[in-house]
Amino acid sequence: MQPIIEVRNLIKQFGSFRAVDNISFDIPEGVCFGLLGPNGAGKTTTIEIIEGIKKPTSGDILYQGQTRAEQFKLDIGIQFQSTALMDFVTTREVLELFGGFYENPAPIDELAELCQLGDFLDSFATKLSGGQKQRLLLAIALINNPKLLFLDEPTTGLDPQSRRNFWQLIEDIKQQGKTILLTTHYMDEAEQLCDQLIIIDSGKIIAEGSPQQLLKQHFGHSYVCLDSSDIGNTLDDFTETATTVNGQIELQTQSVDQTIKQLMEKQINLSSLRVRNPTLDDLFLKLTGHHLRN
Amino acid sequence: MKQVFALWAARNREYYRDKASLFWSFIFTPLLVVILALSFSGDDTEVFTIGLLGDGTYPGAERNYIAAINYSDRERALKQIQYQQIAILFDPANQTYWLNEQSAKSQLLEELLASELNSWQQQTTSGRQVRYIDWVLPGMLAMNIMFSGLFGVGYVIVRYRKNGVLKRLQAAPVKAWQFLLAQGMSRLSIMLVVTTILFLACWWLVDLLVVGSPWLLLLIALLGNLSIISLALLFASRSASEEFTNGLLNAVSFPMLLLSEVWFSLDRAPQWLQWLAEISPLTHMVRAARTVMLEGGDISQIMPSVLVLTAMSLVFLTAAGWLFRWHQE
Repeated sequence: MQPIIEVRNLIKQFGSFRAVDNISFDIPEGVCFGLLGPNGAGKTTTIEIIEGIKKPTSGDILYQGQTRAEQFKLDIGIQFQSTALMDFVTTREVLELFGGFYENPAPIDELAELCQLGDFLDSFATKLSGGQKQRLLLAIALINNPKLLFLDEPTTGLDPQSRRNFWQLIEDIKQQGKTILLTTHYMDEAEQLCDQLIIIDSGKIIAEGSPQQLLKQHFGHSYVCLDSSDIGNTLDDFTETATTVNGQIELQTQSVDQTIKQLMEKQINLSSLRVRNPTLDDLFLKLTGHHLRN
Repeated sequence: MKQVFALWAARNREYYRDKASLFWSFIFTPLLVVILALSFSGDDTEVFTIGLLGDGTYPGAERNYIAAINYSDRERALKQIQYQQIAILFDPANQTYWLNEQSAKSQLLEELLASELNSWQQQTTSGRQVRYIDWVLPGMLAMNIMFSGLFGVGYVIVRYRKNGVLKRLQAAPVKAWQFLLAQGMSRLSIMLVVTTILFLACWWLVDLLVVGSPWLLLLIALLGNLSIISLALLFASRSASEEFTNGLLNAVSFPMLLLSEVWFSLDRAPQWLQWLAEISPLTHMVRAARTVMLEGGDISQIMPSVLVLTAMSLVFLTAAGWLFRWHQE
């Protein structure tokens, strides 16, 4: 099946700094495709080159197998990382403004319902809260019923509840069969939403695949976690690799049952015990030596 | 044009819902006009001022309530009597004097000097008195157009670029010329309405002298606005720094204000300064407006200014379109 987007040997140079370093990847149609990486990795530059906002230093972007033409702009929707809106214009008027740019815009009431904007349609857009504003920006991105939706760090700065609400919105949009290109530096967001992803660091792709594939490929273990005060001086008795993270000891184990049995035998207090599987952050740490959020 | 109309309507909403912009447009300028009208309405008629063409003696020369101004330029002297800036104009060489039929002072002085005017030939002219407020008001309206155009377009576009509004528009199927046209049209329509209202308000408030055609004044306002807006679009074509643009707009607007004879005449200024004033659209706007309002000038008399303003608009707009960038990389 023809990928909806093909990125070939993309390079973006700002003076002596290379923000995107010769990357290539395909985005299949109908998936939520993630660009995961820490701040400054080159995600936004990459997505903005694909959107046509920035020009690449070299490389090619193909849309449905062709060089992007006028139609591309009509087929895509974009939610930027940070966008201000005009002053003294209501939510409804903002949607009418952007709807005015297209031949067949989506009905405003439908969009308002999808993006939960019904209560704010007559409020000035500049007075909306962070979560409401992000939902409005998403509604703007959806106003032309796009085939391909670009979401650049859509939940950055939102509180946990607003983030989860936003994820549900994106899940709803995925159900409509749209292709989504999402950048994020939140591993949980990528794991939750992305069908496929590439992990970027310093402008280079360091891993690609589905979140599950990547974790399965790179990890065959789980982590048994305990407060370091509970485990005391008995740590040397364990053969597992142990690391300390935020006051917790993480024991890397092939067999969770075996490790817990060992802990019980040593009569260690298990009240703080937690078992977790490896995450994309662990993968990033393994591949680069630093965390995603650093 | 659908895109242009959508952007035009949005920008208009931004304008008329912003109370601060309404204050500066509708309250500040008329307030300034009233203050000026009151400040310069002092009656200094204790002394009759007469004009003297060339040298020689004239009737009433020895009387202490008559002051004389010498003129070498006959046309200029005749305009002064037309505008009631002098009560009587004497031409001793030809034993002729002019008086203004519409001026009470002119006729009163003629009666006072009647016995000495027997050997002088009378010529008459007419014209309403031109007060300072009549002279300065076209400049003030032009100044309002200039500040509103430069800051209302230039500054706003730079703000849009800085806060990402332009980037958001770039992602939509909007072309740069459509955006620029909408911004220009919005400010042009707003300022034509504002200027017309202000003009009518001032006319009513201070009984403004308007000798020429109001339609010509509308044409001057249209072209003047257009040239200023085009200049603003040019200044705002690339920068994303509000501080830089603010400085740039101030650096341009204040010299324009000083050189364009808004507040005072440049007749006695050095020639190079007068030439420099010619590159300011404000100069041509003010000059054409005064020609129509005070002298009743027709289209042929203001044609040089009309052509200059049109040419400036075309040059600035072309350059702005060529230099425009949605965002800074």
